[in-house]
Amino acid sequence: MNAILAHAPLLAILVSAIAALAIVFTGERNRNLREGWTLLAAFSKFGLIAAMTPGVLAGRRYEIQLLELAPGIELALRADPAGLLFALSASFLWILTSFYAIGYMRGAEEKKQTRFFAMLAVCLSATVGIALSANLLTFVLFYEILSVATYPLVIHKGTEKAYRIGRQYLTYAITAGVALVAGIAVVYQLAGTLDFQGGGFLSASMNHSALVAAFLLFFVGFGVKAGVMPLQSWLPNAMIAPTPVSALLHAVAVVKAGVFGFVRLVGFVFGPEVTREIGMAGVLAGAAGITILLASFIAMTKDDLKARLAYSTVGHLSYIVLGVALLTPTAMLGGAYHMVTHAAMKITLFFCAGALYVHMHYTKVSELDGIGRRMPLTMTAFAIGALGLAGIPGTGGFLSKWFIAQGAVEADQLLFLGILLLSGLLNAAYLFPIVIRAFFRRSPEHTHMSEASWFMVGPILVTASLAVLLGVRPDALFQFFSVASEAVRTVTLGGTP
Amino acid sequence: MSQIPVLIPTILLLTALIALLVGLKNARAGHAVSLLGMVIALLLSLGGLRALLMGGGEPLRYAMGNWLPPIGIEFVLDHLAAYMTVLISFLGMLVLVFAPRAMARETPGREGLAWPAMVLLVAGLNGMCLTGDVFNLYVFLEIAALSAYALLAIGDRAAPVASLRYLLVGAVAGGFYLIGVAFLYFSTGTLNMADLHARLPELIENRAILSGAVFIILGLAIKMALFPFHFWLPDVYTKAPSAVVGIVAPVMTKVSAYAIIRLFLDVFPPGFFTDILPMASTIGWMSAGGILFGSILAVSQQDYRRMLAYSSVGQVAYVGIGIGMANPVGMIGGLLHILNHALMKACLFLVGGAIRYRTGRTQIPDFAGLGKTMPWTMAAFVVGALAMVGIPPTAGFFSKWYLLLGALEAGNLWWFGVIMISSLLTAIYFFRVVETLYRDPAPDAAQVEGGVGGGEAPASMLIPILILGGGILVAGLMNVVIVNALLQRVVAPMAG
Repeated sequence: MNAILAHAPLLAILVSAIAALAIVFTGERNRNLREGWTLLAAFSKFGLIAAMTPGVLAGRRYEIQLLELAPGIELALRADPAGLLFALSASFLWILTSFYAIGYMRGAEEKKQTRFFAMLAVCLSATVGIALSANLLTFVLFYEILSVATYPLVIHKGTEKAYRIGRQYLTYAITAGVALVAGIAVVYQLAGTLDFQGGGFLSASMNHSALVAAFLLFFVGFGVKAGVMPLQSWLPNAMIAPTPVSALLHAVAVVKAGVFGFVRLVGFVFGPEVTREIGMAGVLAGAAGITILLASFIAMTKDDLKARLAYSTVGHLSYIVLGVALLTPTAMLGGAYHMVTHAAMKITLFFCAGALYVHMHYTKVSELDGIGRRMPLTMTAFAIGALGLAGIPGTGGFLSKWFIAQGAVEADQLLFLGILLLSGLLNAAYLFPIVIRAFFRRSPEHTHMSEASWFMVGPILVTASLAVLLGVRPDALFQFFSVASEAVRTVTLGGTP
Repeated sequence: MSQIPVLIPTILLLTALIALLVGLKNARAGHAVSLLGMVIALLLSLGGLRALLMGGGEPLRYAMGNWLPPIGIEFVLDHLAAYMTVLISFLGMLVLVFAPRAMARETPGREGLAWPAMVLLVAGLNGMCLTGDVFNLYVFLEIAALSAYALLAIGDRAAPVASLRYLLVGAVAGGFYLIGVAFLYFSTGTLNMADLHARLPELIENRAILSGAVFIILGLAIKMALFPFHFWLPDVYTKAPSAVVGIVAPVMTKVSAYAIIRLFLDVFPPGFFTDILPMASTIGWMSAGGILFGSILAVSQQDYRRMLAYSSVGQVAYVGIGIGMANPVGMIGGLLHILNHALMKACLFLVGGAIRYRTGRTQIPDFAGLGKTMPWTMAAFVVGALAMVGIPPTAGFFSKWYLLLGALEAGNLWWFGVIMISSLLTAIYFFRVVETLYRDPAPDAAQVEGGVGGGEAPASMLIPILILGGGILVAGLMNVVIVNALLQRVVAPMAG
């Protein structure tokens, strides 16, 4: 048992990569076995990561060095609190997404399901790899794998439009990857190391313009995946992928990889001090603030449900970026916790959108009149997610936003406090009308209750409950809040995270 | 004294002769003899590498006919030579395994002459890397070139024309090199590389030496297809038989790059090409131009082979830009790219050959649906394509990593930018192919003439392809081992 735990970071990455192979070799011949591999991998991946939580909270670090990637830079994994937070949320939601995806893909009679499940498994390997990377080169290795592995999922539909969007997706992702590698090269040239350090390993006494250039390269590298404006336009388009992909990858894993990159960048590469001294904290916070507002406004104009949710994601990712960019421990805590709460809430909403599509073939907000009568469980879950995103007390979204707001006050950045409050209202303005249509309008079509399959409704109910639980008992499940607090502590304490 | 350095080219020359005699009667037997010779050459290269590393890094030397240099010709297997010969012999063997089916399909009836020519080509390339004598290098260069002209002239109807053009250009390039060598000989009285290295420092201001160096580098730059001397390359690569281009494209231009590196590091005194004669930065800028030019032209090609050819113009320039940086880490990047790009390009050209064998297709838009019918071949293609773009952990990423660091070290942000942009361009032209491969074929797609069956490539083609695909990953993950064991030693003269 101890031997397994000692290798848990590596095993957690490998388990879904191996599952991907098993999925490919099982193929269409035996669909239940194929999906069995997915579920087996999802549960064991989460189990491995969850098993590390008590140790990590107690100060233990699970580290593995595999081989030398480049002279002096190891392919190294380390489960520190920040990485664990991301890995924990992504892998837990993969379990739910797996069940959901089985219901969705079979319900919608999608083609190429083997490729779908295999690539999804690869994506999760890469995501956990990103979370548990101990240095920037290992990070970028998994980051690039994630970019490439998502591409087949984006073009899943196989239509000309899907291919066009796929090309855009790759253009953004590869550009980001190149910028990231370039930024890392500059950092290596400056510091001679790439190992993450609490509070950063760069110093303001280094060449100023090189530091700024590196930060801007990183800004592009992470900003694309994090959907920070003006780098966001791929994300709404990527919603052409099957909904489980939109839900897990483009609300949780892929986009949070970008956001998590900013956490690593500010917390563990540049460090809050240097980020402030080179004037990049303001740039980052400004971009995030503008994104939060603009994305909310655009979301209001979208009738397509997934597009509206996608712009909502763009906005909420920037909450996290803002939390990081405000640099105070409280704001960072809010940002880190928002990674988890937003994941739970937004995946709920996407799951609901997918259930509406599979069950009713609805894709537009304007089609949803009275749907609450037919699909009450789904729409109740949707309402919970919507309340959470608007930051109503009693949900996880309230807590995380509260901390970011408090951090803004501590940092004396009242402008951002205003943005946060305004954006809460805007969230309500683009999400509540959906709930109101569903429950308070009548439609002659919807007279009796009929939900999508339990494969879909089950996960929806779990994620909605999680969204509430994260608000009322933040530590009840997997100690998400403690892990987030611990992550912030590693930044402020300094040293090896 | 060790026999290995001289045995590698000698055995191959001998093999070529036997294969020719045997092959005239029976092409199949000629192939068997050739393959046997290649395997022996590979084993000898590996043995040489092992002896070198076990022996504490002391180069293996052999003086021809026991005439000690400077009178006799010397063969030297040092770290750089070992690196090159293992690569060349390995690829030569794989391509020879691949070749019979492709040749029988594309150019039936010519195999009898093709096998000895291929062995001769590999012999010449190996000889260039093993010789310790600048004139002898010219001899091997011409052996390699002549067999390449012959091989490249087999193929499509336009192949002889392309090959003739290559011959004319190659003859001029060889002439330039020879003139340069003559200048060096007149001023120093020696052709031995080690001797030259000892004598040149006193003569660096000598005009004859300066002109000689310019002629030599110019000749090699043409051979290397360094922009703007690349013009002969695309036609040659496009018209030639798949198997021939499978060995010519990966290593031939690289061996000329090797010769430049050899001159930089081990013949001319340190700093000669940067401080006295600024050839390094000239090569660097030409390469930067070549990277952009090759990548941009590759984007617009419909013919798969032509796309790879322009891609080669861009990729060999990565080696050139590494030379241009004139610092150890950049040079390591360039050297590493010789290996990495050879593996990738061999893989990609062989994939093209397998596609042509199975379906008769060469145009990218016709490749739709191959992802389904040739899953393993296409998996190798994807690995090769990702490596070309530079996605980690494939080999292509790591050469770019060293080159980026080298550009920063040299303080040249333009080159830094060029390497970045090139990744994007490469992504554009390779993902275009990937996208097509995994599309459903159009239902009305006309069957192209000339394929055998369809379905996955036969084992003799697939196995070399898969070995190369795997090699791309292994070379990437093992790059530090290669750098520490060999390349650090190679660039040691630069460090001080």
